[in-house]
Amino acid sequence: MKELSLNILDIAQNSIKADAQHLTIALVRRGSWLTVTISDDGSGMSPEFAAEAANPFTTTRTTRTVGMGLPLFKLAAEQTGGTFSIESRRASRDGDAHGTTITASFDTGHVDCEPLGDIASTVVTLIQGNPELSLTYLYSTEQGETRLSTDEMREILGDGVSLDHPEVLAWAREFLEGEA
Amino acid sequence: MKSLQELAEIREKMKGKVALREGQNGIRVVVGMATCGIAAGARPVLNTLVEEVEKQGLSEKATVSQTGCIGICRLEPIVEVFEPGKEKVTYVKMTPEKAKQVVSEHIKGGRPVYEYTIGEK
Repeated sequence: MKELSLNILDIAQNSIKADAQHLTIALVRRGSWLTVTISDDGSGMSPEFAAEAANPFTTTRTTRTVGMGLPLFKLAAEQTGGTFSIESRRASRDGDAHGTTITASFDTGHVDCEPLGDIASTVVTLIQGNPELSLTYLYSTEQGETRLSTDEMREILGDGVSLDHPEVLAWAREFLEGEA
Repeated sequence: MKSLQELAEIREKMKGKVALREGQNGIRVVVGMATCGIAAGARPVLNTLVEEVEKQGLSEKATVSQTGCIGICRLEPIVEVFEPGKEKVTYVKMTPEKAKQVVSEHIKGGRPVYEYTIGEK
């Protein structure tokens, strides 16, 4: 991937496919370190699958037997000297907590660190494809914090305007770009 | 910088406008957004399609949506156009520029851009 924001979009699509209702994307910058956390309440993975999920030959794809999403994200973090981890839980009974959290850290000062890139586009793409999703985006630096919550957007817009309306998407993009 | 106040203004502006975007007989434009598509550049293609459909006044005629892997990863980004009563048109190796052209010539004008489709010589 050319940008971390593309890896983030790709990993978030896994959450959508796992039927997540809530998705949180948090970017925390401290010094030269960027920590990305993508956390969902989707169906989760079994411990066996989670342990092998970052292996390219582990996949839920039906079109091929290779899945590169998590391996590429892991590589992107580790090639900067950063870390990567998966925490996942499947519900064994109704009502059990379930979901997956992927955490990766990047030394942005490392020569092999991908640029973050167009994160606003990633968030807008997720809203466009999943207007009903409860998505929280957080970008925190030492200077301050940007937060966008689709639940809050929905509250302001009411029932009449879907979040995938082009004017709403344009607003979200400008909101995020203005803050970046 | 945009504020939440402007979102409230969008709400006011939309009041009374009946959303007709659910049209069952409309054209469906579908973009492959799995790892292969994203790595090959599907995100700007998708965003261009969404923006152009709105800009060219086609929101009631066509919807743009996302799907997973279409199965021919080496030809990504892939865009499929489903029009009721017509055969599916599959565009391959798309770019934002090509996407713009597909919206104006195919979605608006009704003439597929065969040059960018799969299986064309």
